[in-house]
Amino acid sequence: MVNTQVTLSGWTLDNPVIPASGTFGFGYEFSEVYDLNLLGSISLKGTTLAPRFGNPTPRIAETPAGLLNSVGLQNPGAEAVANEEMSRLSRVFHKKVILNVSGFSKEDYVGAVQALCRKDMVGLFEINISCPNVHGGGMAFGTDPDSAYEITRAVKAVADKPVYVKLSPNVTDITQIALACEEAGADGLSLINTLMGMRISLKDRKPILKNRTGGLSGPAIFPVALRMVYDVYEKVRIPLIGIGGVSSADDVLEMMLAGATAVQVGSANLVRPDACKAIIEELPHRMEAYHIESLSDIIGGAHHGT
Amino acid sequence: MKQVHLTLTEQTPLTQDVFRLVLQGDISSLTRPGQFVNLAIPGFYLRRPISVCDYELTNPDGTGTLTLIYRAVGNGTRALSRMKPGQILDVLCGLGNGFDLSRAGAEPLLVGGGLGIPPLYKLARELKASGIVPQVVLGFNTKNEIFLYDEFRALDCPLFLMTADGSAGNKGFVTDVMVKLSYTYFYSCGPAPMYRAIEKIATAPGEYSFEERMGCGFGACMGCTIQTANGPARVCREGPVFRREVIQW
Repeated sequence: MVNTQVTLSGWTLDNPVIPASGTFGFGYEFSEVYDLNLLGSISLKGTTLAPRFGNPTPRIAETPAGLLNSVGLQNPGAEAVANEEMSRLSRVFHKKVILNVSGFSKEDYVGAVQALCRKDMVGLFEINISCPNVHGGGMAFGTDPDSAYEITRAVKAVADKPVYVKLSPNVTDITQIALACEEAGADGLSLINTLMGMRISLKDRKPILKNRTGGLSGPAIFPVALRMVYDVYEKVRIPLIGIGGVSSADDVLEMMLAGATAVQVGSANLVRPDACKAIIEELPHRMEAYHIESLSDIIGGAHHGT
Repeated sequence: MKQVHLTLTEQTPLTQDVFRLVLQGDISSLTRPGQFVNLAIPGFYLRRPISVCDYELTNPDGTGTLTLIYRAVGNGTRALSRMKPGQILDVLCGLGNGFDLSRAGAEPLLVGGGLGIPPLYKLARELKASGIVPQVVLGFNTKNEIFLYDEFRALDCPLFLMTADGSAGNKGFVTDVMVKLSYTYFYSCGPAPMYRAIEKIATAPGEYSFEERMGCGFGACMGCTIQTANGPARVCREGPVFRREVIQW
């Protein structure tokens, strides 16, 4: 019997597999497909203080081995998430969730986190300073070490749960941002968010996405994410959640060897609704195949002796 | 929604780029005309949403025949058009809300334009099965693009064919017929300009089926959200069919 448990800042998960924010809504839709309690946890749809409609459509474009999205943080606002979405989810999911929070100013982040405090169902906050699809916020904070530090520090001061900061890959050196967040008191880091990209319609001779650019996700970005997790693991001491193109149990193991304590699965959920279930069921078999008794033993394993 | 594997049994070109695809297998998740399926096409990351033209449960175990009509418009659908009988397709089946048959009244009108026509076929069949004879107006650009007309004619409903260039049926648009008809309710599927024209002249309540680029097709990604009078609505989940009064034109 293999052990798939991992621990994030004192919170032990049955397994490291977590649907990524933005690819799983508020969880409810997937409860038609499988028992959500199989999951390690769920990272809920990015939530802002005020409700947001998001960007105009088209918001989706296909790419080789992935997709672009420019949803733009559509969500019903922190109040509705705290009072409606979480209680609806709690009827079908009995574990703790990750609350992904975004904003356009320091006050936005602080206000949203405050509205979502005092909830037993919350395992940790994931502070999104990396959304590429909104103006004047999101990624603007995640591409500058000083801003990343400020937001992290402000959220840390009010949050009643561990604070993980979700990093943008759209930077020259992600380790600089990671170090700034750690210095500001972050309990952990989630990486990576999507990479900015574009597709152009040959028929219309203009970008497919109404917002022109969008965030690239899917298997196309897995090696980029893996490299960034590997680099950040070398620099910080706080735990990492690896995100980016993970689609199989082998991808989970690879991400953990690079330095991730847990792993989020994103786009795979969109094309295969039972993706996380399949990965979780496959995981013990792949662990046995590679003679892994306890998953937590392999975290950062690729760094040893290299 | 159900993820199923269906066997391709027929792939027939209907016009230069429109194909009829017939699949067999578990279609038990389909509940109403106007729903859609999301097909995985080997070699392409995203699935392709395609409206259901017709379905028929043939066995008590939930298996039966699913008919789709689609246009090979991009690389993905062109690859789909090259798939052969005997091949297996990975399908998310039974997506979206579908048409609301309970609102038809005694004399419903079905208005379809081009590739919007297929889902109206099963709707017409279901209405007839419940004892209601719909009037049907079909619009195409030109004679060479006509498909499904004979099948509609076989349903023996009042049927009006319009072409924009007059090469078949009557010359003009679907709205040119609509203004002459009386009806209790209308169901429409077609391009956005057609909807805007209908909206100006329709004399009864009705509903429209919408189309949008989708990431997942089942409500997870928020990729296809439109604004409605009831707030943001996902075309794939709260739609694709929306009542006339909730749409913000």
